[in-house]
Amino acid sequence: MSKQILSCIVNGESTEVLVQPYVTLLDALREDLGLTGPKEGCGTGDCGACTIHLDGEPVASCLMLAMQVRGREVRTIEGLGTNGTLHPLQEAFVRLGVPQCGFCIPGALMAAAALLNEHPRPTEEQIRYGIAGNLCRCTGYTKMVAAITEAAGALPAKGA
Amino acid sequence: MPRSLDEVLKTLTDRGPDAKLLAGGTDLLPQMKNGLLKPPCVVDLSGVPRLRTVEPDGRGLRVGAAVPARVLERDRVARSTYTSLAESAALVGSVQVRNLATLGGNLCNAAPSADLAPPLLALDAVAVIVGPKGERRVPFADFFTGVRRTVLAADEILVEIAVPAPGPRSGGNYLRHTPRRELDIAVVGVASQLTLADGVCRKARIALAAVAPTPVRALAAEQALEGKAVTPEAIERAADLAVGAAKPINDQRGSADYRRHLVRVLTRRTLRTALARAGA
Repeated sequence: MSKQILSCIVNGESTEVLVQPYVTLLDALREDLGLTGPKEGCGTGDCGACTIHLDGEPVASCLMLAMQVRGREVRTIEGLGTNGTLHPLQEAFVRLGVPQCGFCIPGALMAAAALLNEHPRPTEEQIRYGIAGNLCRCTGYTKMVAAITEAAGALPAKGA
Repeated sequence: MPRSLDEVLKTLTDRGPDAKLLAGGTDLLPQMKNGLLKPPCVVDLSGVPRLRTVEPDGRGLRVGAAVPARVLERDRVARSTYTSLAESAALVGSVQVRNLATLGGNLCNAAPSADLAPPLLALDAVAVIVGPKGERRVPFADFFTGVRRTVLAADEILVEIAVPAPGPRSGGNYLRHTPRRELDIAVVGVASQLTLADGVCRKARIALAAVAPTPVRALAAEQALEGKAVTPEAIERAADLAVGAAKPINDQRGSADYRRHLVRVLTRRTLRTALARAGA
């Protein structure tokens, strides 16, 4: 099977890459574009380690074929901060020492960022629901919830 | 990537069983990865606008088959008028999965436990199916033919889910039981819809998931409610009768006895909520 040209926006930049039509978006990001932030945990959409934003909404990149994102906007953990500055969520995760092994963290941060876009001041219930699709096998959920709460307090309120 | 339904149908006709339709991909991709399926041709449906629209019309709500669960979960009309459908959409997978997983995909994969099926049975929804011979409409009560089997022929596609407006003084609710609250598969799911008039129940619908090879309606329970006042005793009796519609199996998620118990409990709870929402 011959490769196809995929044109899309990745972390704010127009990108063209040659991919096999059967590869997943996750594999294209990691293998062809060198963005190894998104991880493959289960490969079946259960663990959330591969979470990215597609047109601003969180999706499991392991469940998509790369060619499905033609012309669309992809954001990975590498593009969460701006101009070399960490996103307030990343700062809170560092400050509170959320990562243990770290494998789930890029996906959890992308899920949390999407949650804060929708609910800038989430309740604990909303936070736990928002990251329900992200498994941490170090079981570090308590600090994760605390860090998201702290980051939400530091973000400017969006009038929601 | 096809841009119209005609292009999709042509590909299905030309490529026959080689072609697999890709809506959200949350069932197809795992099956491709574990080698269950090796389709030579995957048809991405995301470019066909008709499949991606949710639209209220004079008669009810028309939902494109490739509308993601997340869209239904957030849709204002679905939440207010077709509440059980919006509630079930909010229970599918995680937010990362719901942004991909579609209503039509959940129905066409036809798992006995599909969360989106019972509300559609309870709302008397109809499947709009298009094939080379044109369009046909099949009530969801007749859509499922077995475990992972539907009435769809290989050259047909589910285009739209037409949900008739339940009308005034109608309320619905979907509940399921899962060991884990999110990202789990229903041990039992129950959707109820009650429509009231002049102090009595004009129409009752109760649909069950994960207790038979297909989603089923609890007809005896529905009939026991219709034409009478919905008293606590009537709800108890309907919950007992609903158990008779269940033909559950024993599996790792729960025993048949446990599932029968859950049918009774969830039928009672969904009827109470449906009654409250109908404005009793």
